[in-house]
Amino acid sequence: MAERKVTVVSEVGLHARPAANFVRAAAKAEIPVTVGRVGEDVVSAKSILAVLGIDVRQGDEIVITADGEGAEDLLDELAAIASTP
Amino acid sequence: MAEAEYRGLGVSPGIGFAPVYRLADGAPEPPADAVPHGDASAESARALDALERVASWLEGLGERTGGEAGDILLAQALMARDPGLADEVRRRAAEGMAAARAVYEAFMKYRALLDRAGTYLAARVADLDDVRDRVLADLYGVRRPTPPAGGGPYVLIARDLAPADTAALDRDLVAAFVTEEGGPTGHTAIIARLLGIPAVVACPGATSIPPGTAVLVDGSTGAVTPAPAPERVGEALRSAGTRAAALVAARGPGTTADGYPVPLLANIGSPEELALALDHGAEGVGLFRTEFLFLDRADPPSEDEQIAAYRPVLRAFPHGRVVVRVLDAGADKPLAFLPGGRQDNPALGERGLRLLRRHPQVLQTQLKALRRAAEGTLARLDVMAPMVTDAADAAWFAARCRAAGLASAGAVVEVPAAALRARDLAPHLDFVSVGTNDLAQYTFAADRGLGALAGFQDPWHPALLDLVAMTVAAGKPCGVCGEAAADPALACVLVGLGVSSLSLGSSALPLVRAALARHTQQQCAVAALRARAAPTAGSAREAACAELPGLARLGL
Repeated sequence: MAERKVTVVSEVGLHARPAANFVRAAAKAEIPVTVGRVGEDVVSAKSILAVLGIDVRQGDEIVITADGEGAEDLLDELAAIASTP
Repeated sequence: MAEAEYRGLGVSPGIGFAPVYRLADGAPEPPADAVPHGDASAESARALDALERVASWLEGLGERTGGEAGDILLAQALMARDPGLADEVRRRAAEGMAAARAVYEAFMKYRALLDRAGTYLAARVADLDDVRDRVLADLYGVRRPTPPAGGGPYVLIARDLAPADTAALDRDLVAAFVTEEGGPTGHTAIIARLLGIPAVVACPGATSIPPGTAVLVDGSTGAVTPAPAPERVGEALRSAGTRAAALVAARGPGTTADGYPVPLLANIGSPEELALALDHGAEGVGLFRTEFLFLDRADPPSEDEQIAAYRPVLRAFPHGRVVVRVLDAGADKPLAFLPGGRQDNPALGERGLRLLRRHPQVLQTQLKALRRAAEGTLARLDVMAPMVTDAADAAWFAARCRAAGLASAGAVVEVPAAALRARDLAPHLDFVSVGTNDLAQYTFAADRGLGALAGFQDPWHPALLDLVAMTVAAGKPCGVCGEAAADPALACVLVGLGVSSLSLGSSALPLVRAALARHTQQQCAVAALRARAAPTAGSAREAACAELPGLARLGL
């Protein structure tokens, strides 16, 4: 199981365009991917509704995990999206 | 006898007068005891098919729409394809629930989740409701009603409008928007302003006006008057209509009265401005500023990110030109990834191409992204550099464009030296475009932001006209992409000087088109001669306008 911790820097948090880009990238992968604020419940990163529902704001630290082939590359991509202003 | 007036917030100015078309509210809630059509797997499949149909419809609409509204539609498509939502639907169908009810309950579950997050997500809750209603409508076998495309204009009245409602409208037929909900920064207000359609929001009782009633909508005052007295309509429309009538008559590509084509292009600063450009009949884009992609960020945008921003613009003009200006950064708007030294005089400093020559990698990525964005589109892509000063600059930039596989390289002529020696730049370039705003600033040594020197920004000044003429004389296709092109009289003069295309803010396109259509190329040429013969900006204008009789008929 691989994971990345990143701080969300976008002004809108993980909402609007950042959320859509994040979910779209996660949904491309065949392997399971989760996301959540550090220390809190995680949800599927492939579900836009779940990702919006955890309401990640600017400055929140999130943890993204994935398991399986290509997990490292996928996590790099997702971490980059989450840390884009 | 006129009925009472309704009052709301006027959020997009203008007068609309037409019969009411009432856009239906959301789909009704399917009853809890609705009977399934088939077995559990058939119900599940029906529901999932409906979700997918709505998702692909939203996705297609989102891609065509682009911009912020397009983003919302694409996010709604993601909602309709949400795997968690699909699981909830499947689970309920397996328990024997009818497809519509299963869809309804699954959406309501997520609605509650988003609702908990508070006002921050209120807009997303509305988006989710809209997706739900569209899926339910699909299952009921009805389309969410879209106003008739073929009939006459109407005033669209709704409780509220969803992005998908406005994106799917035939915009030419909407005389005005009136909604009971919404606010000055809501979706309806933004779209209405973007499209130049009068709009009143937050207007209680508006949905009780019977469909078909003629209403007068004042997008400035927020007044909505059903069945108004004829004098009142006449008065309101006359004030708004004199000019509009002349503008509506001027359609199609830009041309002089004797048929000499002058492509009328739009200046845009982001793909969001495309809709307005298209609505005002732009034949292409004459100045696509790309700074929006680079500002306020720590790293330059990736090639793929740039491609995604360029492609909608190129796709929007299948047979037109799209002239892209590469990054015009400078000391007044420093970018973290383009360090330049501290400069006391930013306008005269290391900006535009000068900065890119120091950071060729940034330019190379942008040029490559442009070439790739144009692949598979029919638009003619022209790429130009800002702040080109001499032949060496022109040669350097053109070589970078060729190396990136771009067919057409040009220069913004905004430094007087480039205009004076345009003939030396020309052999390296495929086209030039005069940026009159900065050219005036540099020609008159007058800061364009300084109110006290605003007189020197007057593009009618004969010194500026001389520089345009010298640029044209270099023999390459020469456009103008500054404010000068947006002045209908000056646009005629520029054409008279031999300028081959004009690029301007979209909202000025109709008036410029109308002015050109009323004068022959010969009249434009004579007006240009008279203007250049005058000693001052004021007398140049006067002399030129005396040769352009059609302007008076436009109320100019």
